[in-house]
Amino acid sequence: MKELTELRSIVDKYGENPEYILEALHDIQSRYRHVPEPALDIIAERMKVKKSRVFSLVSFYKALSFEPQGEKNIRVCMGTACHLKGASQVKEEIEAVLDVAAGETTADGRYSLHEVNCVGACSMAPVVIIGDSYEGQATRDRVRTLLDNDGSEEESR
Amino acid sequence: MTRLHLKDFWRYSKQQMEKRNEQRVLVCGGPGCLARGSQAVYEALLDASGRVGGTGTVVEHAAHMVGCHGLCDQGPLVIIEPQGTFYTHVNPEMAPRIYHETLRGGRVVEDFLYSSGTGRRIARYADIPFYQRQQKIALRNVGAVDPEDINDYVALGGYRAAAKALEDLSPEDVIGWVKDSQLRGRGGAGFPTGRKWEVCAQAPGENRYVIANGDEGDPGAFMDRTIMEGDPHSLLEGMMIGAYAVGASEGFIYVREEYPLAVERLKGAIGQAESLGLLGDDILGIPGFCFNLSVRRGGGAFVCGEATALINSLEGRLGEPRGSYVVPAVRGYNQQPTALNNVETFCVIPEIINKGPAWFAAIGSEASRGTKTFSLVGRAVHIGLIEVPMGMSLREIIYDVGGGIEDGRTFKAVQTGGPSGGCLSAEYLDLPVDFDALEEAGSMMGSGGLIVMDETTCMVDVARYFLSFLRDESCGQCVPCREGLFQLTAIFDRIVSGEGQESDLAAVEELAVAMQEGSLCGLGQSASNPVLSTLRHFRGEYTAHIREKCCPAGVCRALTAYVIDVERCRACGRCLEVCPPQCIAVSQGVYTIDREACTRCGACSAACPFAAISREGCVQ
Repeated sequence: MKELTELRSIVDKYGENPEYILEALHDIQSRYRHVPEPALDIIAERMKVKKSRVFSLVSFYKALSFEPQGEKNIRVCMGTACHLKGASQVKEEIEAVLDVAAGETTADGRYSLHEVNCVGACSMAPVVIIGDSYEGQATRDRVRTLLDNDGSEEESR
Repeated sequence: MTRLHLKDFWRYSKQQMEKRNEQRVLVCGGPGCLARGSQAVYEALLDASGRVGGTGTVVEHAAHMVGCHGLCDQGPLVIIEPQGTFYTHVNPEMAPRIYHETLRGGRVVEDFLYSSGTGRRIARYADIPFYQRQQKIALRNVGAVDPEDINDYVALGGYRAAAKALEDLSPEDVIGWVKDSQLRGRGGAGFPTGRKWEVCAQAPGENRYVIANGDEGDPGAFMDRTIMEGDPHSLLEGMMIGAYAVGASEGFIYVREEYPLAVERLKGAIGQAESLGLLGDDILGIPGFCFNLSVRRGGGAFVCGEATALINSLEGRLGEPRGSYVVPAVRGYNQQPTALNNVETFCVIPEIINKGPAWFAAIGSEASRGTKTFSLVGRAVHIGLIEVPMGMSLREIIYDVGGGIEDGRTFKAVQTGGPSGGCLSAEYLDLPVDFDALEEAGSMMGSGGLIVMDETTCMVDVARYFLSFLRDESCGQCVPCREGLFQLTAIFDRIVSGEGQESDLAAVEELAVAMQEGSLCGLGQSASNPVLSTLRHFRGEYTAHIREKCCPAGVCRALTAYVIDVERCRACGRCLEVCPPQCIAVSQGVYTIDREACTRCGACSAACPFAAISREGCVQ
């Protein structure tokens, strides 16, 4: 119930104009780390559009997902500059450390690993973004150390 | 703040310009420098001064975190004005010396200066070869202005162009000036901006709109990000002038979701401009001139950089391109005439109004006037953001500005124009970089990504990279693009895994041409450019993959092998520890890799302290 009320209040901010579907979905995604099913009905009703249109937007845009994302997103840049400088190897290392494939979330729900097509930080290639923190000139060793420390930091807290 | 009228604005502008403190400490807050800790450098400088002058002041210098200075490989960067002293690789421990010796003592700290390839120290940034050949119009304020303070923008002459346009020029005059400047759109296709605005102004419609395309999706490009984060008011001012010219009262800045800082800075800038009466209703007290501007986030879809897809996305629909038989200038957002331009295009407009169309048209080459920003990345010595006059040759850009190829390697190709562009080989190094010359050579200007490649880059792999990028990003609406990319990727997957056939290249060419002719939007029509351009300039590399089952650059996994150089190997055993399939054998102190079991992950090579393990092409 609480979730429904909260969802409604997020959607209500944008009024009836269906132009704001994407903005509302962005807010919902960042609040819940995914778009919960009831959100589709609430948006469809409030903005007077078919539920299928809301559904199609969630499936079309990469920033939105039906599957819950991990607490932290790890984004490996696959832009051209990063590709040339070994982004695939860095990605494979993260996949090995976390035991997930790109696009998946770890079993404990802590991390989601994503390949992204250029984050516009090409001078630091290859780039990995862990949470909000940019790691430039990433190497296999560097990402392994970062991920190992990322875990211990949080456990000691 | 009260909303200004035109006559108050001129007074306010003069005040800010006179008041501006010429003594400034500028700490680069571009993404590269931030990631290397420039925020801590800024704080350390304030700490060193004891924070006596209040926040934002060091001795009598105004201290600012500013946008990207461009020379990203040397960051974090600190510049001290008015001298232009340029410190590179600055860390917080260096702050006390900068404070005591330079800011208080007026002396340059030699050790912190930029060092050229020959070891010569250069004190002023204007004397560094990377900056010497540049000319900044779109980036004129980036790195100099505090992006979060409208007063600082006004102190640099900001919004004077908008005020001048409103006071002295009719909307038709503005369009005439932009036409006379011969400015062409900086987003890629290079359509004349003035003509677009004229069509928009004259098209029938109830409302008109101005939209800035900040959905910078080309991999390897970050010009627009730098402008939006480093100088948001230039974009606002350019859009305001555009709105006046075409008669729009509403506008949008569509920013890709991956740029949250740009969204924040733009929203902040819009709020400040509104409170000063530079946006909103009755701008600068002129009754009836209203321009309301808002920022919208994209959803993480490359195709939304295409104008009509962007408009669909803005309207709350799928970001799929519309048929190109009606242009947005006639029927765009909400079916109304819409002037949709790239961020960089709008940013150039205030300078054209300030300095006149003839000034702008005198810069650049015959059919491409003015300057262009590029993100120079990949294997160049200096990587970062640059702005040079159109018509400069690729050689000058890569060697004079970029300092040549890193690690003494050899230039092999430069990729321009993102996924719609192509790769040009060494014989094109003297090509002047402008819209038409690049297109004739089989590439295109695009938004300005320049990716430099050396002999360690496999061109077949690069083409395959773009194909798989585009296959993932194709909206899927039309068959030639969707299925064409799917089939091309499948063929390329075969070629790079050593199963290519002689007939593949003909099939690739046939598919590529079908996509050019049959796709709905510009992105689909140009999607085969990376394939066609690499085939044209690097055909030998394709045949090596297909006939000899060999990757000359040593990149394609299935065709290469890791080998241990026995001369260099010290038998330390580090590689044994890291090898996931445990395929390294030791016999009497000699290490060898079992090629059958090896997965070519590269872990051993990365771990080897003696650089004894390398990847070799052409081993079969």
